[in-house]
Amino acid sequence: MTAIPDPSKQGFKFSQLLYDTRYRSMTIQIVSLIAILLFFGWLISNTAANLATLGKPIQFKFLGEPSNYDINQRLLDYTSRDTHLRAGLMGLINTLVLALMGCVTATILGVAIGVLRLSKNWLVARVMTLYIELFRNIPVLLWIIIVFSIMIETMPRPNQFRSGEAAMKLFDSVAITNRGVYIPEPLFNGGLGDIFLLGESSLRFGLSLDLIAILIVLFVGLFISKKIKTNADFIQNETGVRPTTWWKRLSIVILPIVITLWALGFHLGYPELKGFNFKGGIYLRNSLIALWIALSLYTAAFIAENVRSGIQAVAKGQSEAAYALGISPGRTMSLIILPQALRIIIPPVISQFLNLTKNSSLAIAVGYMDLTGTLMGITLNQTGRELETVLMGMAIYLIISLAISTVMNWYNNSVKLVER
Amino acid sequence: MKKSAFFGTIAAATFAAGFAAAGTLEDVQAAGELKCGVTTGLAGFALADANGVWDGFDVAVCRAVAAAVLGDGNAVKFVPTTGKTRFTALASGEIDLLARNTTWTFSRDVDLKFEFVGVNYYDGQGFMAPKALGVSSAKDLDGATVCIQTGTTTELNLADFFRSNNISYEPVPIETNAEAQAQYLAGACDVFTTDASGLASTRATFENPDDHIVLPEIVSKEPLGPLVRHGDNNWGDIARWTLNALITAEELGVTSANVAEHTANAGNNPEVNRLLGTEGDLGGMLGLDKQWASRAIAVNGNYGEIFEKNIGVNTPIGIARGLNASWTNGGLIYSAPFR
Repeated sequence: MTAIPDPSKQGFKFSQLLYDTRYRSMTIQIVSLIAILLFFGWLISNTAANLATLGKPIQFKFLGEPSNYDINQRLLDYTSRDTHLRAGLMGLINTLVLALMGCVTATILGVAIGVLRLSKNWLVARVMTLYIELFRNIPVLLWIIIVFSIMIETMPRPNQFRSGEAAMKLFDSVAITNRGVYIPEPLFNGGLGDIFLLGESSLRFGLSLDLIAILIVLFVGLFISKKIKTNADFIQNETGVRPTTWWKRLSIVILPIVITLWALGFHLGYPELKGFNFKGGIYLRNSLIALWIALSLYTAAFIAENVRSGIQAVAKGQSEAAYALGISPGRTMSLIILPQALRIIIPPVISQFLNLTKNSSLAIAVGYMDLTGTLMGITLNQTGRELETVLMGMAIYLIISLAISTVMNWYNNSVKLVER
Repeated sequence: MKKSAFFGTIAAATFAAGFAAAGTLEDVQAAGELKCGVTTGLAGFALADANGVWDGFDVAVCRAVAAAVLGDGNAVKFVPTTGKTRFTALASGEIDLLARNTTWTFSRDVDLKFEFVGVNYYDGQGFMAPKALGVSSAKDLDGATVCIQTGTTTELNLADFFRSNNISYEPVPIETNAEAQAQYLAGACDVFTTDASGLASTRATFENPDDHIVLPEIVSKEPLGPLVRHGDNNWGDIARWTLNALITAEELGVTSANVAEHTANAGNNPEVNRLLGTEGDLGGMLGLDKQWASRAIAVNGNYGEIFEKNIGVNTPIGIARGLNASWTNGGLIYSAPFR
């Protein structure tokens, strides 16, 4: 007679990994994971090995060498003697400037158009529909090129300002040429100067102390203004009468800034025609303007659709209830509809911001020196380091996109419905 | 741009080992066609006509090599490349030969792992400006807006020139020659800079070429020539000696008109005989047959004929031989001897 062993005391067998449902799914997952890792490992080692056979092993030494080329739009100091790394940084800053400008205008335009598309005015609603369909359905590259072509073909050349065929606008302060737009720049007589950080390295940058001073004054003003509002809310809750605060709040923000500007010797520097081009003032290049307009108009069409769908998703009962309470249509929109619609609108708008940022890499089509133009353009071509520069570019775009997502998700969390 | 570079890199990584192993000559012969990289379109140098047939100074080099290797000057697949994509295309094996007015520089030869097989055009970077601008020298260009074709050595020369002359400028980088023309003609830039040959070619396509002048300064040395990948010396030799055959043919008076006759009947000049394969077996040393050079010359004629037909003074481009005359006429075009 043989004793029947107790199943619970049975030892673990390898066959259980395959036949025991408790372990099988885990086995499959681990095997798949190993297979995927091996595949990528093979891809990477194969690439590295083949590049080494070609005599071009992956290395980033070229970043420290002088770039030897000039970049037209540079927000930090840069000459052709600086390194490729710094040239890449200039490109990155140009990309960020474009993305920021584009996101702001696309949002403003998009919200306005989205709301107007729901207008009860037949003409307004149809015109907005036309706009959305027109911009959504034509590739953005074509919009960029058409805006750019219109600019260079129709705007006056700088030398036409000399001969009197063209004149500066707005009391001779703004010059619109086919090379770009020159606007007055803020200058400070008794300025505080700049502080320079990171010494002589490739990533060095200067900060304007004037700007920092103005920002500090502005934030202090806004903080006090907020306090006044809180106080007014408190009084209103206690007594039912709201004290008049608008002039206090306005002056506490504006007056200190005006005084600071006066103390720093603020004045405007106007553009002036000297030699071949205008000098002085802020120069917005034709390429920047073309990209800015085209990307804003294009992305605005998508954002408008997000806004429209968000608004229509708010139950009709909400607005009917608001009207029944006698709330005006404008306040119904701003107090009842939009706060609820925002929760639906924000997530898709995040992806539109990401799209705009990524679409900015089309900048090279009109010669705007963004990250694609410097690091993945001229640097790639001069050094022949395709894999390195493209990988760096991809990593940087990924980081920018993830950063935008993080910020917007944080904002989304702060406005979303709090459920208890 | 980003994409092509990326795919090029992947392709380079994937196929590099394979190409290193097999000889380019065998690959070309097996495929029955030569994949030759040219510009996307530069009048006189490489331009496809209405029927898609490529013609030009650089194209002639491709056709000569194809005739030498495959016996047919039309067995060429022309791959248009931009200043940016050309090196990736060559390194990845997408093309076998790059004949795209490419400047021979140290770093391209050594660091990018290419082999320049000779110089078919001695060039230098110049500037073109509208006459109405009233500029007579490049040194008057302080503060000017300059259109540059990006992905070339011109960016570097330009930066060096303005820096060493201590004058400022506003660079406008442009992807292709056609876009550069549009911007220049619209007045979005004051001057346009590229190799002097490219300027002459571009100017020839303008509606009123006489309204534009090429400034006298030549700010760089630009020896332009065909190139191949590093590592396949036999293929490099074939390209080098095909170019040399065209140059030597001009020197020896062998033209497209008389090459057939000279090939059929050995003459008194031993070098002509060696070149055309009626004496010795130079072709065999290259892994080709005896008449390789004869066929290369027969396609478009010798170097001088190719020059005059595509870019010479009687064409719209109108470039004088100058530095590109044969050394016997005081130029720099010189070939090592065939012996």
